[in-house]
Amino acid sequence: MKQKKEFDFFDKPENIKKLWIMLYVICGLLIIPDSMTHRHAYFGFDSFFGFYALLGFVSCAALILFSKLVGLFLKVKEDYYDK
Amino acid sequence: MTSNFPPALILILGALLVPFFRGKAKNWYVILLPAAAFYLITQLETGSSWQIHFFGFDLTFLRVDKLSKVFGYIFTMNAVAAFVYAFYLKDNTQHMAALFYIGSSLGVVFAGDLVSLYFFWEIMAIASTFLILARKTKKAEAAAMRYILVHIFGGLCLLAGIILYITQTGSVAFNPMAERTLANYLILVGILVNAAAPPIHAWLPDAYPEATVTGGVILSAYTTKTAVYTLVRGFPGWEILIVVGCIMTIYGIIYALLENDMRRILAYSIINQVGFMVCGVGIGTMMSLNGTVAHAFCHIIYKALLWMSAGSVLYMTGKSRCTDLGGLYKTMPWTLIFGAIGALSISSFPATSGFTSKSLIIDGAVHEHLLWVWMVLEVASAGVFLHAGIKFPYFVFFAKDKGLRPGETNKSMLIAMAFMSFMCIFLGLFPKPLYDILPYEVHYNAYTFNHVIAQLQLLMLSALVFFLFLPLLKRTETISMDTDWFYRKGGRVFYFIMDKGLNGLNRVSDRVFVRGLAGYLGRISRDAPTRAALLALVPAWVMGGSTGEKLTQKKGLVRLALQTGTSPVGISAAVATVFLIVIFLFM
Repeated sequence: MKQKKEFDFFDKPENIKKLWIMLYVICGLLIIPDSMTHRHAYFGFDSFFGFYALLGFVSCAALILFSKLVGLFLKVKEDYYDK
Repeated sequence: MTSNFPPALILILGALLVPFFRGKAKNWYVILLPAAAFYLITQLETGSSWQIHFFGFDLTFLRVDKLSKVFGYIFTMNAVAAFVYAFYLKDNTQHMAALFYIGSSLGVVFAGDLVSLYFFWEIMAIASTFLILARKTKKAEAAAMRYILVHIFGGLCLLAGIILYITQTGSVAFNPMAERTLANYLILVGILVNAAAPPIHAWLPDAYPEATVTGGVILSAYTTKTAVYTLVRGFPGWEILIVVGCIMTIYGIIYALLENDMRRILAYSIINQVGFMVCGVGIGTMMSLNGTVAHAFCHIIYKALLWMSAGSVLYMTGKSRCTDLGGLYKTMPWTLIFGAIGALSISSFPATSGFTSKSLIIDGAVHEHLLWVWMVLEVASAGVFLHAGIKFPYFVFFAKDKGLRPGETNKSMLIAMAFMSFMCIFLGLFPKPLYDILPYEVHYNAYTFNHVIAQLQLLMLSALVFFLFLPLLKRTETISMDTDWFYRKGGRVFYFIMDKGLNGLNRVSDRVFVRGLAGYLGRISRDAPTRAALLALVPAWVMGGSTGEKLTQKKGLVRLALQTGTSPVGISAAVATVFLIVIFLFM
């Protein structure tokens, strides 16, 4: 008997590529409103174009790099405490 | 007042009857108890009751106001969902421990004085330990032991603070604490242990991931959130909490990014989320306190949902490490969808509950012009999407297919997750019912165009970074050292130092004093009479003309006689005389 075909959308490279394009497009579209409306700034500097996008990008990159760095010292084998 | 009955007692007394129920009746019974408690809380009238005079103190077991009620609602509602989730479970120990644990957390929330608060606080610690022990693995046992020891330490800080507080103020009432006294600081430390604030937080990621499938779901809600409640009640506006909260938000993210075990990722994200709440308490304005309470409310729902979805995966596959998981979207689509709703909520994605609650805290910081605090909270918000919002679902359900085909989890689990997902989205779209039950009046709308766009920019760019940096985030089969190192490994280092240090000292002492010096003194003392006798007699014998062979023979005789105690009277008298002279001369 033939088995029902498995749903494997996310395994196909061409779909992954489409998802990448989608992600870039969404990010791009989200920055557009910044040029049209004037966002009320809480502290002054946060009203500039694409502030939150930049904040998200920079802070996440920094967090990942920082965790990678401290990981060099903090990561140990799983049986570390059993020895 | 007949309707005023402590809701804690329903669960605690009800727990005692659990063993008498069989089969499905047991599961229905444990669902019914928190549901009854929830109904009771809706009926409670504001004010204090159940006051008992005890050893000269006025204890208040039931203080009802908006703050205690809102925590009561969410505690009981979450309990209902958790027991629906646990509908497959027949284990009396787990059900009873959970009921005691949840019941005593209600006890803490409705306690009007510090003594009864402490009483329930300690029951919570003990009952929750059984949810970890129930996993019945060696690792769980060891983790449970460390867990209870840390909580005993926290409990002792709290107790010491309470005793000092009572002796200083003469009152047991639990109200906002204004003075910065030692007593209040001790109470604060005791609470912060339960809030999992670094550096006394490691018990949480150490113990929760070792708990049972449902134990993890239940544990994730109560200990840290009763601590948040106690902070809101007792320490609003304590600036130190802003710092503690900010540290917690970032700390949780860094470790969650390093972790491999999905339930440890979620455990660290509790620390991150509680950080937002603690920060809100530190800011201390009506808006930020509302934000803290609202966030605690929503957090309990989406965090339980995340633990449920991770629990389902663990239940079906028996695995919890990201390196062992992946590709589960094919066979566990519903678990994925519900888990993803939880993941979006924790990331405060617009249209989910996190968005309508966390924004209150962040706006609270803005209103107080706390630039750095606002900055940290925004950075942390972006980071949440990284570690809990994407990392957890991505590595468990997508990433590399590890060939696992477990099939969808059981129905009761799915029903519980569906309910929690519904709540996440409902509170995200219609926050008004939640805003209405918050301690202070709310005039806030999270859904301004700019706010939504700003939040989406923040989150989508975080997502972009995640996928761009994916090679850096590759999972490794490792754990990360945290402050529990000091009592896990540090304990052994301490033992080693003590062993080598003190026992070494012991050995040296043994050699020098016990065997060396004491033996020497012993020999000296034993020979003393002989030596003294010889000292006195030899010159006399020499003068008497005894030399060589004869002298040696005489010496031998004296030695023998003194050692066996059979000396002639003359010699004894001579020895005694010499001793007397010595004593006379030197004393």
